[in-house]
Amino acid sequence: MTVRAFRLSPGLKVASGLFLVVWSVIAAFPLVWTALMSFRLPLDALSSDPMAVILGPVTLARAGGVSVVDLVAVAVAAIAAWWLPARHGAAGARLLAVGGMEPLGWVLAALLYAVALGIVGLLVLPPLVGLVETIVGVLPLVGGLAPPVVGFTGEHYEAVWIARGFHKEFVNSITLTVGVVVVSLSVGTLAGYGLARARTPIAFWILVTALIFRALPHSVLVAGYLPPFLNSHEILQPLWEMPVLGPVLGLFSDTAPTLYGQPWAVVLVLVAINQPFTIWMLRSFFLSVPTELDEAARVDGCSQFGAFWRVIVPVMWPGVITTGLFSFLLAYNDYLVTSLLLDQANKTMVPAISQFLGSDNTTTDQIQAVAAAVSVTAPLFLLVMVFQRQIVSGLTLGAVKG
Amino acid sequence: MKTRTLLWFVAPSVALMLVFIALPLASVFWQSFFVTRTLFQEVTVESCQPGFLTQTCTTELRSQPILRDGKPVTERVFVGWENYRLVMRPDALVAAFSPGGGGWADVRQIDFWRALRFTLTFTLVTLPLVIGLGLVIALALNTAIASLRGPIIFVSLLPFIITPVVGALSIRWLFIGDGILTAALRWLTGENVIMFAQGWTIEVLLLTYRVWHVAPFAFIVFYAALQTVNQDTLESAVVDGASRFERLRYVILPHLAPFMVFVALIHLMDAYRVFDEIVGFSAQAHHISLQWLTYSLLMPDGSGSRAIGRASASSMLTMIGIVALLIPLLVRTWRDHHQKG
Repeated sequence: MTVRAFRLSPGLKVASGLFLVVWSVIAAFPLVWTALMSFRLPLDALSSDPMAVILGPVTLARAGGVSVVDLVAVAVAAIAAWWLPARHGAAGARLLAVGGMEPLGWVLAALLYAVALGIVGLLVLPPLVGLVETIVGVLPLVGGLAPPVVGFTGEHYEAVWIARGFHKEFVNSITLTVGVVVVSLSVGTLAGYGLARARTPIAFWILVTALIFRALPHSVLVAGYLPPFLNSHEILQPLWEMPVLGPVLGLFSDTAPTLYGQPWAVVLVLVAINQPFTIWMLRSFFLSVPTELDEAARVDGCSQFGAFWRVIVPVMWPGVITTGLFSFLLAYNDYLVTSLLLDQANKTMVPAISQFLGSDNTTTDQIQAVAAAVSVTAPLFLLVMVFQRQIVSGLTLGAVKG
Repeated sequence: MKTRTLLWFVAPSVALMLVFIALPLASVFWQSFFVTRTLFQEVTVESCQPGFLTQTCTTELRSQPILRDGKPVTERVFVGWENYRLVMRPDALVAAFSPGGGGWADVRQIDFWRALRFTLTFTLVTLPLVIGLGLVIALALNTAIASLRGPIIFVSLLPFIITPVVGALSIRWLFIGDGILTAALRWLTGENVIMFAQGWTIEVLLLTYRVWHVAPFAFIVFYAALQTVNQDTLESAVVDGASRFERLRYVILPHLAPFMVFVALIHLMDAYRVFDEIVGFSAQAHHISLQWLTYSLLMPDGSGSRAIGRASASSMLTMIGIVALLIPLLVRTWRDHHQKG
């Protein structure tokens, strides 16, 4: 539609364009800058001269750097990494959808993509670029492109991941997050579907209560968990000594467990905290699935659960993936609950970063903390790259159907 | 769907919420009237030092925790409103406002009132900023070239999905030591402003951080809503001679109003539990929030004991606060529901 009055005056156009540029810079700058800092030696990274952080002269002199050829290679690889999933991601997911399970296809495709990215980035690209560098170096005119020009060091990442054991915390984080997403979605889809199809006042009251629960600060709940979690051995022991139940429970553990520090207990806690949000969001999604679908299945003789299982489950995956992304973010980003309820052995990544800050702050420690922070952010960055559309639709889902 | 079937569908979810939300709430309420004390006993200890001819012996009365099976024995005592009194300090409040007291300056020395002041300021100041910034970005993006919209949305999502503690840290690192923004500020103002040295600059940074973090959410919601503005209404407004501003004021904003209520509701809930940025900025010396207060009471202190009773009292007070803030919005939702039903 082209109504002339809808067109912007040149002044307004420039102003809104400029504003968008400024906003994009503000949105990305802290992240880009910390990523740069993590690859520089402390003298460069903490310098007040921005060019020192960008070019890293000290790093170049002491720890080596990257050449123009390397930079071009990385840029090409980054563009390819961006373009491939955008262009062929959906086709790949369909190809991998074993037995018509589209979400499985998406998850497999994302995993495969991450692994492929790791292999290409760490194993294939370096020797290939090295080869190109040697060739370019001996050529007459372009020889200047081969020697390193920008300082670069991976030593902080090495120190964080290997020497300081960040890989353990990474595994803890991923285990916890996957647990939360899986349990939260299995419980939440059932409830979300039920609430979307129910017409009794009970459904309304459950939703309102869930809304109030969503508003509760998490520390309020943790204050309730801590004493029973710390003393759960004493509290639960009578159950283990009961005549019939005792032996059954004994199959799982010999004595009553102390819940404090147990990852699976924290999974349940995070699932419960996340449940109000999950059922609201999934309910909104199921409202947009036509009732005729399950009614037809009911007419054909399915039970309500049968209708859900045979007819709704195959079409619910877009909503489930979107909700799952938000459960992922909640569990992965959590600091408060995990730092209070998990012990040292099961610590996750985010609380671990604050430990880096607490240790006797040499400048190297600081840059190692930066590297740890960037390591935490990298998976999230990939997540947005792959699932941008789902995240956007998730943000609007609650608003449109609320 | 029959009520019975509904109950089967929601049973696992409701059970989880009952056990892990409702039950803890009830127990927090209960705990807030008790104090758990470690029992001490007076022990006479005779310690002797070898000396010339005779030993020098001293006996002293020491109190030490009673141990049973290697663990200190504790007892739970009902203390009534004592925990609430310790958190809210009404005596200090009265003293602050009686003649000779220090007024508000004294009130700010008490952790609870300091936290309440900061949490409320934080929530109510960021709210309009988030909605305003989100709206402006959405309107600007709506006029941008279509091919640029995807990348801009991608970049905008970054502050929103980033781990809050890490996001706060990444901003803090821009100021660390002689960081780039500290240098930029010196160049701009000609003075040496150290952002993490005094209370008000930290408060500005805390607010700025949250606006940066949440504006993308508001922006995405508003941008999606802008796509559903009725084009016929807009065109008739043009025919009637409405200027761009009038179209915004009388057509677009009324259409966005329910979405603003939604964003406001979510933002109130989230901003009220401000916590992560205080950790990220290590701002606790200057500003603490209600959630941080409870957190710090729950963390084991030097002797390894946790102030569960006081933490529970502060939790209950925190909860009363958020319910009070939400009542207007909840009543509105309730009325909407009944009009529809």
